[in-house]
Amino acid sequence: MNHRASSAPPLVESALVERVLGAALAHGADFAEVFAEDRRGTSATLDDGRIEELSSGRDRGAGIRVVVGDTTGYAHTADLSEEGLLSAAQAASAVAHRGGRALAVALEPSSAPRSSDVAILPEEVEKARKIELLARADETARSSGSAISQVSAAYGDSRRRILVANSEGVLASDDQVRSRFMVTCVAVGDTGMQTGYESAAFTVGFELFDMVDVEEVATTAARRALTKLSARPAPSGEVPLVLARGSGGILFHEACGHGLEADHIEKEASVFVGRVGEQVASPLVTLVDDGTMGPEWGSFAIDDEGHAASRNVLIDKGILTDYMWDYLRAHKEGRVSSGNGRRQSYRHLPMVRMTNTYLMNGESDPEEIVAQTRQGVYVAKLGGGQVNTTTGDFVFGTAEAYLIEDGRVTEPLRDSNLIGNGPEVLRRIDAVGNDFAMGGPGTCGKDGQGVPVGTGQPTLRITAVTIGGTSSD
Amino acid sequence: MIESAVKPTADPGTQGTADLLELARKVAEQARNGEQIEAYVSRGVEADVRAFDGNIESLSSAASAGVGVRVVSGGRQGFAYAGALDESVMAETLTEARDNAGFATPDEHVGLAEPDGVAPVSLDLWDESVLNVPTATKAALALELERRVRGADPRVRQVAYCDYGDVAFESAVASSTGIAASARRTVCSLSVMAIAGEGPDSQTGMGFSAGRGHDDLDPARTAVDAVERATRLLGATKAKSGRFVVVLDPRVTSSLLGIISSALSGEAVTKGRSFFAGRVGEDVGANALELVDDPTDPRAFGASTHDAEGLSCRRNVLIEGGVLRGFVFDTVAARRASTVSTASAVRGGYSSTPVAGCRALLLSPGGLDGEQIMAQIGDGLYVQSISGVHSGVNPVSGDFSVGAEGLMVRDGVFAEPVREVTIASTLQRMLQSVLHIGRDVEWLPGLAAGQTLAIGDMSLSGA
Repeated sequence: MNHRASSAPPLVESALVERVLGAALAHGADFAEVFAEDRRGTSATLDDGRIEELSSGRDRGAGIRVVVGDTTGYAHTADLSEEGLLSAAQAASAVAHRGGRALAVALEPSSAPRSSDVAILPEEVEKARKIELLARADETARSSGSAISQVSAAYGDSRRRILVANSEGVLASDDQVRSRFMVTCVAVGDTGMQTGYESAAFTVGFELFDMVDVEEVATTAARRALTKLSARPAPSGEVPLVLARGSGGILFHEACGHGLEADHIEKEASVFVGRVGEQVASPLVTLVDDGTMGPEWGSFAIDDEGHAASRNVLIDKGILTDYMWDYLRAHKEGRVSSGNGRRQSYRHLPMVRMTNTYLMNGESDPEEIVAQTRQGVYVAKLGGGQVNTTTGDFVFGTAEAYLIEDGRVTEPLRDSNLIGNGPEVLRRIDAVGNDFAMGGPGTCGKDGQGVPVGTGQPTLRITAVTIGGTSSD
Repeated sequence: MIESAVKPTADPGTQGTADLLELARKVAEQARNGEQIEAYVSRGVEADVRAFDGNIESLSSAASAGVGVRVVSGGRQGFAYAGALDESVMAETLTEARDNAGFATPDEHVGLAEPDGVAPVSLDLWDESVLNVPTATKAALALELERRVRGADPRVRQVAYCDYGDVAFESAVASSTGIAASARRTVCSLSVMAIAGEGPDSQTGMGFSAGRGHDDLDPARTAVDAVERATRLLGATKAKSGRFVVVLDPRVTSSLLGIISSALSGEAVTKGRSFFAGRVGEDVGANALELVDDPTDPRAFGASTHDAEGLSCRRNVLIEGGVLRGFVFDTVAARRASTVSTASAVRGGYSSTPVAGCRALLLSPGGLDGEQIMAQIGDGLYVQSISGVHSGVNPVSGDFSVGAEGLMVRDGVFAEPVREVTIASTLQRMLQSVLHIGRDVEWLPGLAAGQTLAIGDMSLSGA
C-alpha cells in the first residue's frame, strides 16, 4: 500500500456524503449513489522530430444516481461543495414520484486493497524526465532503417481518485494511477507508405519505465512499419488462422466478451442469451475476466460502483458459466455484482464493462501449432475490433500478419480486417498453446464511453475465419 | 436558414456567450512581453433519455464547463486545461500552461492565429426549444419512438436502445494576438436500434433523426427506417467471395468521407502522413468527383461561424473534377507548409489543442437518386453498414478493409441479404473507381454529409 496516496483527504467528507444521499432519497427511491472523481493527467507528444507539446489537466466532479423502480435518474456537477452536490441530488431524484420517506444512510467504509502498489507517483516526477523518454524513442525509431520517414511518440499519465457511496451503506475509494507510452512510425518505399504502432501501458506510476524499455517500444513500432513495406495484399476468403501469444486477446473481447455483458443479455441483444450451462465454445476455451490482475491496464481495486474487483470465469472448458454484472443488472436478478460496473468519468452512468479478459493456457506447443498448419495466416499483432452483439458478427484488424505456407511463417501481409461470428469462431478453435501472454493495452468503447481494458491469450488456431484482403490467389 | 438577426439567449448563459468571451479575454490579456496566450472556454448543457419496454430506463441531465489555455513563448507551446471556470482554476491553468511551454522544442512555425480580415458569415445554429422544452416532453419523444418501433412489424423482437439526446453548447476563444470569437449551437437527436427476428435469426437496424431543435425530429420516419433496415437483413447469409460494384448507403458514404478527411489534413500532409501528400494538381479521383468542406453551409451539422482558433470559417474546395486542389490547415500546419490557415482548426473540447480538420464535407451531388443508381449498375452489393473502420482502414497507406452487411443487387433491385463479409480496396483506387454520386444528399451528424455512392471493382471476402 502506498501511504502517500492513501493519506490524501477524502474527495468528499463522509458526513456530507450522507447528507447528499439523504437528499437524493428524499422523494422516495430504491437506490441512491454518489460517485466523486478527481482526475489529473499529463501528456506529452513528440512529432516530426520535435517535442510539440506538454499538456496537463484536471477534471473533478461528482455524479449522483437515483433509481426508482425501473428508472434511473442521473445528474452530475463539477462543484463538490455541499450546494453543488445537493442540487445535483435534487436533479437526479426528479425521476422519483413516490411520496417522500426520509431515509438516513449509515456508511460503512470498505477496505479494498489498492489496485496496484504505485512506487513513483507521476506528479512527483519532473516534467523534463518525461520529455526525455520521447526523444530517446524518436532517435531509436529513426535509426531502425532509412525508410522510416516519420515518428511520433506520446507519453501519458493519469491519477484518478474516486469515492463511491450508496444507500446500501457502501463507502469505498480508490486511487488509480496509470501510465502509458506509444510510438507510431511511417515507412516509405516503392509501394507507398506503411505504418507501425506499439504501446506499453500499465496501472502503475513512473516505474513503468523500469518495466519497459522505450527503445524496445520504438524498435517494435519501426519494425512493423518496415516489414509491411514489402508486404503483399492479404488473401480474400476463408483461411486457417494462427494468433501468436499476446497478439489477439481482442478476438475474445469481441467474439464473446461484449455478448456476455449482462446489460446486453437483459435486452436480449446478445447471441449468448439463455445459454449459461451450455457448450458455447471449443472445450479448449477457458475464458476469464479479471480486474484484480496486478498492474495490468484494466485493473482496479474497486469498480466505479464501489464493488471490489474480482476474477470471474466466463467460459470453463467451453461451457458458458456466467455473464458479467454491474449493480443494476445484478440487483434485478437478486445476485451481487461481479465488479464490472465501470464508467468513463463522473459525467457518465456506469454500465457493465470488461476489465482484463483473457484465454487460459492450453497444452499445445506453439511451434507445433504453426508447423501443423499447412496453409493459413499468422497474426503477430491484432489491432482493434468491433462486434454486433445481437448477431454475434465481429471484425478485428491485423497490424502485423504473415502467410503460413507448408507449416512455416513466410511473407508479410498488408493490414486487413478479419470477420467472423462469435459462437462459430469459438467452436472452431482447435489448438491452444501453453505460452500465455498478456497483449497490448486497449481502450474499449461502448455507448460513447471509453475505459481501459487488457486482453491476453496463448498461441491458438482457428480452423477457418474470413480475411478481408484483396488478393484472390 | 441564414439569419442575420441574433436571437436573444437564455440559460446557459442568460446573457449569451458574452460572459464566456469576457472570461477568455481576461486570461489572454495577461500575456507578458514576448508571450502569446489563447484561452478557449466552453459551456454546455445536455439531456439524455433512454426508453425501454414502455418505461424510461434512464434520464440524465448535465451541465459542464471548462477552459483550455495555450501559451506560446520563444516558438514553444504549452497547454493546460481544467473542467471548471472559477477564477482560481483559470489562474492555475494559465500558470501550468506557461510552465509546460518551457519543455517544447522551439519551432519558428509555432504561434497563435492572427485575425486575417475575413468576416464571419451569420449563422443561426441555436434553437431555444432544446432548453425550453420540459424533460417530460423529451421523455415522451423517446417513448413514442420505442412504441412505434415495437408496433411497426411483428418481426420486431426487441429494442436494443432507444434514445433521445440534446445539447446546447457555447464556446469562446480569445487571444493576445487579437482573436475574439464566440459561437453557440444546439443539436437534438433520436436514435434507436431495432432487433428483428425470425426463428433463430436476429438482425439489427439503426434509425436516427437529428436537427437543431425539436421540430426537426421525426419519430415516425426514424422508426420505419430502423425496422426496415433490420427486417430486410433477415435470412442474410455469407456471400461468395468475388469482385463487385458496391453501392454505399448514404451513412456509409459519410463514414468513408470522414476517413478520407484525415488524409486531407494539412498537418498530416506536411508531416508525410497522407497518401495525398505532394499530389496537389494531380488526378486523384473520377472526373465527376468534387469534394468541398464548407462550414458556412447552415445545413451541415458541423456548420460554424468560426474555427477553433477563432478565424472565420470559409468554403474550401479540396477536390475538383477529380483533381486534388488543396488541404485544410490550422495556423501552425499552414505556416509549416508556407501557406495560410483555411480556418479549419477543430478541437475535441476544452481539454485538447486545435488541429487541422474538416467540419462539413459534401460531394457535389450527381443526377441520380439511390434507386436509379442501383438500376444503372445492375448487379452488385448494396452496403447498408460497415464495421471495423478503426481497425481496417489506414489513411496513411490508404489500405481499406471493413466488415459489411447489406443486400445483393440483381437486375437493379435488392436481392438476397448478406452478412459477415468484408469489402476491401485502397482509398486511392476507390476514389478513382467512383461510378455514381447520388443526388440524395442527407445531412448527418458528424463531419460529412451522406449520399448514395457507387464504387467499382471492390473485393468482397466471404465464404
